[in-house]
Amino acid sequence: MFADFLQFLISGITVGAIYGLVGLGFSVIYNASNVINFAQGEFVMIGGMASVSFLSMGIPMPLAIVLAVVVTTFVGFALEIFAIEPARHNSVVSLIIITIGASIFLRGLAQIIWDRNYHNLPAFSGDDPIKLWGAALQPQSLWVMGGAGIIVLLLWLFFNHSILGKAILATSFNPLAAELVGIDTRRILQISFALSAALGAIAGILVAPIALTYTNVGVMLGLKGFCAAIVGGLGNPMGAIAGGLAVGIAEAFTAGYISSAYKDAVAFVIIILVLLFLPSGLFGRKEIDKV
Amino acid sequence: MNLLRIEQLGKSFGGVTAVEDLSFAIGPGTVYSIIGPNGAGKTTLFNLISGLFAPTTGSIHLDEEDISGLPPHKLAARGLSRSFQNLQIFFNMTALENVMVGHHLHSDTRFFPSLFALPAIGRADKRSAEFAAEMMDYVGLGNYIHTDSDAMPYGALKRLEIARALASRPRLLLLDEPAAGLNPSETNTIADLIQHIAQDNITVLLVEHDMHVVWDVSDHILVLDHGRRLAAGTAEEIRSNDAVVEAYLGRRAKDR
Repeated sequence: MFADFLQFLISGITVGAIYGLVGLGFSVIYNASNVINFAQGEFVMIGGMASVSFLSMGIPMPLAIVLAVVVTTFVGFALEIFAIEPARHNSVVSLIIITIGASIFLRGLAQIIWDRNYHNLPAFSGDDPIKLWGAALQPQSLWVMGGAGIIVLLLWLFFNHSILGKAILATSFNPLAAELVGIDTRRILQISFALSAALGAIAGILVAPIALTYTNVGVMLGLKGFCAAIVGGLGNPMGAIAGGLAVGIAEAFTAGYISSAYKDAVAFVIIILVLLFLPSGLFGRKEIDKV
Repeated sequence: MNLLRIEQLGKSFGGVTAVEDLSFAIGPGTVYSIIGPNGAGKTTLFNLISGLFAPTTGSIHLDEEDISGLPPHKLAARGLSRSFQNLQIFFNMTALENVMVGHHLHSDTRFFPSLFALPAIGRADKRSAEFAAEMMDYVGLGNYIHTDSDAMPYGALKRLEIARALASRPRLLLLDEPAAGLNPSETNTIADLIQHIAQDNITVLLVEHDMHVVWDVSDHILVLDHGRRLAAGTAEEIRSNDAVVEAYLGRRAKDR
């Protein structure tokens, strides 16, 4: 009994950390521009697919991973410059629709460049599970949890203790005033897209050994990440991680104790409940309009 | 040597001319005020100088360098900073963080060092926080350093904007109605602050409706009416200028 519980908890935390990383990507772009970037899932896919493809070229694993993150970061940068930048002065809703289009475009492009098959990325440090009170802990799960932890710490330092991070927060609140105090708001937007893309790629690479990767992998992971960001309160990086863990654990227990058929439904039920009862998420700032 | 020189500046929106054929120059370390009835073009002129609007005709020179049409963040890098008539505070941050963002241009904002929280960034951040705290002291907000900006009273927020503008170490500071909505004692504090700023060799370009402030602090006054220059000169000259008295107070005031 306890072994089952522990097993579900471990898999919930692992997949939750991935959702959290994807959710972080949503939060970073939302913080800079109030845009919800629905191409976030494609960053996850490109990260995974690119590392598989670099690896198959005979490039050693660590280098293949770094290259995949760099390529994805570049895609994020390009997305901002070619799709968002020209429409920057349009409404946020138009920009969101553009990101949906970009997501379909990137997925199609990936199917042309790669293929529609499932691919496996070898685990970073072997497949021998660690036994833990009757439950099995995959070494890759430790990579996922550790990787997510380090990234969260770095991002927290970035937003709270660097002027560039504060400049991003300032731009999100009042782009006009930000520009007048000397912030190049275009650069801020480019940086946040690049940063989000890198986050997505890292999530995609960490999860690929566990869940396989394919050109449509980003659709569901993107939605789950979005769910994580909503649950934690959009724009709150710590919230995204907490939201991701909540969604991941809820999913794992539903799959384990009820039926794995309902697994994907859990995330969407959570979104509906949160939007109904806690519209600003668990840790979101309450929106108060001062008159 | 002029710090700011405006040459035959004009701006029209469709068929409406907001500013027309305006020329003037400001020397360094002085307070130059622009007054005029509502709709005279004062705010348009401010928006032209701070880069929010591009001029239709004419040019703007900072230190004899043509800056017309440059985007605001580039102007800020050249030493031009402004406050707003309507507050534009980053309410998602503390007071100190607002001022630190103002110091952004003088901070280390390289992407990768910031992302990996290198010690150099930590030190730069600390210096910037110290400088921002100094600026808050300078404008008399020493008590508010760690207050969330959305919890501060209106009068303090007006000064917070000035502190944020000063944090970019400007040579030219544009103040758009800094005394609007303040009570008489707060207004006096602002007037003192403006004089203080000018003494520290920062040139101030002021738009203000409170005439006590304008008479007290201005070295030069430019009177605008319908986007054109009505008069220009020292406070004394403006006070005794018939055209100004007429535009502002109506004819009877003179007859009395």
